Amino acid sequence: MNPGNTPPPRPEQGPPPTDKTKMAIAAVLLVIPIVALLWVPSYARDEPELWGFPFFFWYQFLWVFICSALTWAAYKLTLSARGLTTHKAGEDR
Amino acid sequence: MTPQLTVLAADTGGVNGVALAVLIALFLLVSVAGFMASRFKRGESLESLDEWGLGGRKFGTWITWFLLGGDLYTAYTFVAVPAAMFATGAVAGFFAVPYTIVLYPIIFIFMARLWSVSHRHGYVTTADFVRGRYDSRGLSLAVAVTGFVATMPYIALQLVGIQAVLEVAGVGGGDNIVAKDAPLFIAFAVLAAFTYSSGLRAPAVIAFVKDILIYLVIIVAVIYLPGQVGGWDNIFGAAQEKMTTVNEATGKPTGAFLPGVGQGWAYATLALGSAMALFMYPHSVTASLSSSSRNTIRRNAAILPAYSFVLGLLALLGWVAIAAGTQPIGLDGEPNAQLVIPQLFEDMFPAWFAGVAFAAIAIGALVPAAIMSIAAANTFSRNIYKEWIKPDATPKQEAKVSKLMSLLVKAFALVFVLTLDKQNAINFQLLGGIWILQTFPAVVFSLFTRWFHRWALLAGWAVSMVYGTVEAYQVINPVTGKHFGGSLAMVPGLDEMGYIAMTAFAINLFIAVVLSAILNAAKVANGSDETIPFDYFADADDPRVQKDLAEHSSHGEPYGDPDDIPGNAPAR
Repeated sequence: MNPGNTPPPRPEQGPPPTDKTKMAIAAVLLVIPIVALLWVPSYARDEPELWGFPFFFWYQFLWVFICSALTWAAYKLTLSARGLTTHKAGEDR
Repeated sequence: MTPQLTVLAADTGGVNGVALAVLIALFLLVSVAGFMASRFKRGESLESLDEWGLGGRKFGTWITWFLLGGDLYTAYTFVAVPAAMFATGAVAGFFAVPYTIVLYPIIFIFMARLWSVSHRHGYVTTADFVRGRYDSRGLSLAVAVTGFVATMPYIALQLVGIQAVLEVAGVGGGDNIVAKDAPLFIAFAVLAAFTYSSGLRAPAVIAFVKDILIYLVIIVAVIYLPGQVGGWDNIFGAAQEKMTTVNEATGKPTGAFLPGVGQGWAYATLALGSAMALFMYPHSVTASLSSSSRNTIRRNAAILPAYSFVLGLLALLGWVAIAAGTQPIGLDGEPNAQLVIPQLFEDMFPAWFAGVAFAAIAIGALVPAAIMSIAAANTFSRNIYKEWIKPDATPKQEAKVSKLMSLLVKAFALVFVLTLDKQNAINFQLLGGIWILQTFPAVVFSLFTRWFHRWALLAGWAVSMVYGTVEAYQVINPVTGKHFGGSLAMVPGLDEMGYIAMTAFAINLFIAVVLSAILNAAKVANGSDETIPFDYFADADDPRVQKDLAEHSSHGEPYGDPDDIPGNAPAR
């Protein structure tokens, strides 16, 4: 490590080869739940009710699962986008 | 609160013998188990205890998920959020659901990078990283001090939770000032003794017991209780009725059933600000860095949201209590919304199960409070004491400072509880958020770019800290007349109420961007960077990362080091 005026990084010092398209899609997947939930006027209402729950409440509960699915998809995408530089997909440790 | 609440004060007085006995028995059982386990661990057999370490160094994703989930249920979830729902409705309470949903995409984006760079360079706090990235002791100190200070109100919230349980169980009472706050002082004494004697071992060891207890109570509560008060239709009806009733003290409706016109901004900023703030706290960073690989965090980000569902149901227990007619009256005869969930449990459950539920809440507050105070203390001893006061401190001295600081941080938490308005405990956590969020630009943006200038980041931090604190001080609770009465204030230039943390963050960001542009244009030196691009992508199979992981896992501590003080590992 030579802080300060470092020479241009050698390949192994730079970021791993990355599939930019896949990373961009993953980023979009992650932003969707944030935008959806922060856009409060889009869901701050009573109707339609579901099992006695006003729309406001069951809609947010629903997003728990949507967000989970989107984040999982983003995880899989980032794994494949970076190829072998990260852990093999599904490897549990 | 409405006057008719006080009429029933006599009903809740007195000690609930059975519940209190069960609470004490379970509590002792868990404490002794933790204590014995920590003794046992000092022997040769590390194998089984390594297994119990936080963060699941050797655990697979699912057990990590189980353990992490148990840690998410603190007094915030059990006491403060339902109390806010009970007292003032959905804007003040239910934002916790979107908060804990958007939290995960946000940490997904930056936490893997923080994990990688930390393990390549042996960083264990965000202040370490900032110091390495900019070679700036000043900025690093700012981050460390903020972490230390912001943890105090968060611990205060846990103390309020323990106090609420003790108060409903009937501990304390009386007219003089000492007896009046007895449950609080007992809570503090128990927490201090618990942390001081066992360090991080006990929380790690009793994690399973504690989590099973918590899940049991949650499942019973969210399945059994709604049916007892006439189902969800009835619950939402009762809540709507209460929230639209005019509060005599303010002349406005009691609260919000749904975020109305002009409240969406408050709801959204509370959720986003809390989500961005949470993983800046020292204890969250420690836990994340202790995971076994870069991707553990990302995998968990995908499955942890399941807890937000249960958190939402727990929040709605505040409204179940409205439908059940729960009267949360403190031992001083005054209504206190923080008591609503323990009171609901005492009213609706048989005494023995109320005791189990009390134990779950108390232990669920105690363990996170212990972990938070230790993490804050370690930030202090590593980034303040060793960096500024005594650079040649021996590990033994450092350990001593850590222990003292963990007591001090709790003492300050006690001061928060005694001086601030504890009617609105969720506000403690939000106050911590106002402060800790101001370290976000220096930490998270720096993970991606070095365009920001270190002095610009420092200036943005300083201004936003002052702004946030002053704004929060100026919020006066209309009922009690105390300062720091809330966390919402008018957003300048927007004419809407918003979470002060986000307004301060916007100011912080603006200053950082403008000053960085100026300083960069003037070619002012921006320190040297000891990291290289690859550091941000390294995974557990990298030799240097392996070395760091090995160094930190020689014993069962979560990201600990040889002298048993996590955070004191030697920097390389």
